[in-house]
Amino acid sequence: MYAQMVKSTGLGVKSRDEMSPEEARFQDRIDAGDKIEPKDWMPEGYRATLIRQIAQHAHSEVVGQLPEGNWITRAPTLERKAILLAKVQDEAGHGLYLYCAAETLGVSRDELTEALLSGEMKYSSIFNYPTLSWADIGAVGWLVDGAAIMNQVPLQRTSYGPYSRAMIRICKEESFHQRQGFDIMMKMANGTEAQRRMAQDAVNRFWYPSLMMFGPSDKDSVHSAQSMAWKIKINTNDELRQKFVDQTVPQAHYLGLTIPDEALAFNEDTGHWDYSEPDWSEFYAVLKGNGPCNDERMAARKTAWDDGQWVRDGLLAHAEKRAHRTAAE
Amino acid sequence: MDPLFEFCLRMGDNTLVLGHRVSQWCGHAPVVEEDIALANTALDLIGQTQLWLGLAGEVEGKGRDADALAFRRDAWDFRSVLLVEQPNGDFGNTLLRQYLFDEWQALMLAALKRSTDTRVAAIAAKAAKEVAYHVERSRGTVVGLGDGTAESHAKMQAALDRLYPFVGELFATDATDEAVAEAGIAPLPSDLRAAYDAALAATMAEATLTIPDSRWTHAGGRDGSRHSEHLGHLLTEMQWLQRAYPDATW
Amino acid sequence: MSKEWPLWEIFIRSQNGMSHRHMGSLHAPDAETAIRNARDVYTRRAEGVSIWVAKAADITASSPSDKGPLYEPSESKVYRHPTFFDIPDEVGAM
Repeated sequence: MYAQMVKSTGLGVKSRDEMSPEEARFQDRIDAGDKIEPKDWMPEGYRATLIRQIAQHAHSEVVGQLPEGNWITRAPTLERKAILLAKVQDEAGHGLYLYCAAETLGVSRDELTEALLSGEMKYSSIFNYPTLSWADIGAVGWLVDGAAIMNQVPLQRTSYGPYSRAMIRICKEESFHQRQGFDIMMKMANGTEAQRRMAQDAVNRFWYPSLMMFGPSDKDSVHSAQSMAWKIKINTNDELRQKFVDQTVPQAHYLGLTIPDEALAFNEDTGHWDYSEPDWSEFYAVLKGNGPCNDERMAARKTAWDDGQWVRDGLLAHAEKRAHRTAAE
Repeated sequence: MDPLFEFCLRMGDNTLVLGHRVSQWCGHAPVVEEDIALANTALDLIGQTQLWLGLAGEVEGKGRDADALAFRRDAWDFRSVLLVEQPNGDFGNTLLRQYLFDEWQALMLAALKRSTDTRVAAIAAKAAKEVAYHVERSRGTVVGLGDGTAESHAKMQAALDRLYPFVGELFATDATDEAVAEAGIAPLPSDLRAAYDAALAATMAEATLTIPDSRWTHAGGRDGSRHSEHLGHLLTEMQWLQRAYPDATW
Repeated sequence: MSKEWPLWEIFIRSQNGMSHRHMGSLHAPDAETAIRNARDVYTRRAEGVSIWVAKAADITASSPSDKGPLYEPSESKVYRHPTFFDIPDEVGAM
């Protein structure tokens, strides 16, 4: 999940009695499964929460290029290089779709970018972890994209039209991402001793950060309750995390890899896998900026933005000059 | 060495090295639209590499495939021109290098579509469509930045001054070129120069950039006699996994 | 902060014979670049054969409050839809 701990109004869900007539009509439309479109009336809280959530998702896609981009120049075959490049390019595309969805709510992409670079807006904790071997590229596709898809598939039904349409497009394109990751893991897990070691090491390092992607339990969160009432959040964090664990454990067994959790056990009563919670203090430390790669990631994005300034200005200046010339003719 | 093998290496090593360079931009471009565009260019170049080096391996007939040629040769066996080995520099430098290469590649591929070797002609037909778009894009960006702000103009002029001395090598003509030209497989590179100069002059005029007077050129890449220092580092990075784990499949 | 590139709405015709369809938006300094960006962004999986771009600021949109007057009158004209008419099976396809 690329949007973590998105704050909503913080006031809890209003009862029908507390709602203004406009708010009540709005909630009726949501409850009826209507899509809200950019020019429709919407509560300020809905707009603000959506901007935070969509932008955080967009920032995550854009920053998410970096850990995988780290291996494009070292991909072991031409085909692997092309596949990885195409995948990272898709992430950039997804960032773009999401920025555009956010822009329909009355913010500009430049404002959102500045908010990311100033640290005011966040991106997913997962991209602050390093990719240290080629198996990490497999693990990112298999585990990280696998976790992201858990959240993105239900979000296709989200109440805000442009967001929903972006998610539909993203889910369609993402379908190959997790598969390419698993494909790498299969090669590694069935490969040489060194490859198996890389594969296990990658799972050891990415398992808990992947579980953290869903965010801490939000069953008592007022923010989540409001977001769920507005259908901009569809499932609780725990539901999605459990679904992810249930899906992933058999896949790990198929690969012959060990999930680094001694408490992991199938619970016959619930029909689900019991698992250990990640270390949430680590999660909060990463969000605060103290993850292994926070500084590098932000520095890379800041450099891209600052160094790109003259390019953006130059191309726009040319476009304006040309428009004047054409107008003068 | 078989001239056709050598010719395929020259084509494939250029696209391999340039594709690698362009892919280094992933996640670092000035706007996300450019990230996506650069990735498309790199993807096309990597795809072309698979075709050219695949054909090279087939012509050589020693069981080496495109990956073996890309990942298991050392620098002196590479046949890339020095232009594509040059570091990315800033975005303007990267796009100018791309344009200088694209314009040459478009002319070369147009001629190769008429190659007597049907395999060469088939690769050229596919690649020519991709490259027609690359030229359009790199040309548009070079013009936009050249004729943009004073700052972008100055940076682009500096990039042109830096890179133009690598252009001449694209048109160098040696015994290998004469042999493949004789067989009707490929044009003589020197025969492409006039059309290239005309295209370049038109673009640079629009971009308000001045082409350096001197035609003096660096050389040594396309015949492997003296590559840049950059190539060794690039290959060290690119070939590392294949070299470190030679018995692994990926 | 410098000026931002304008936003463009992108319409793509996916195959000959079909209408252009709104695909999304993107930023570009001018129309030509917008078309190139659209090709790179929205046709990565061979989705299109023709691209239209329009500056988002130049598009006039109906306001949501017009929704009733604009669209509801047509809802009562159910006879415009072929399913309104029952044709006996033995008549065959029509």
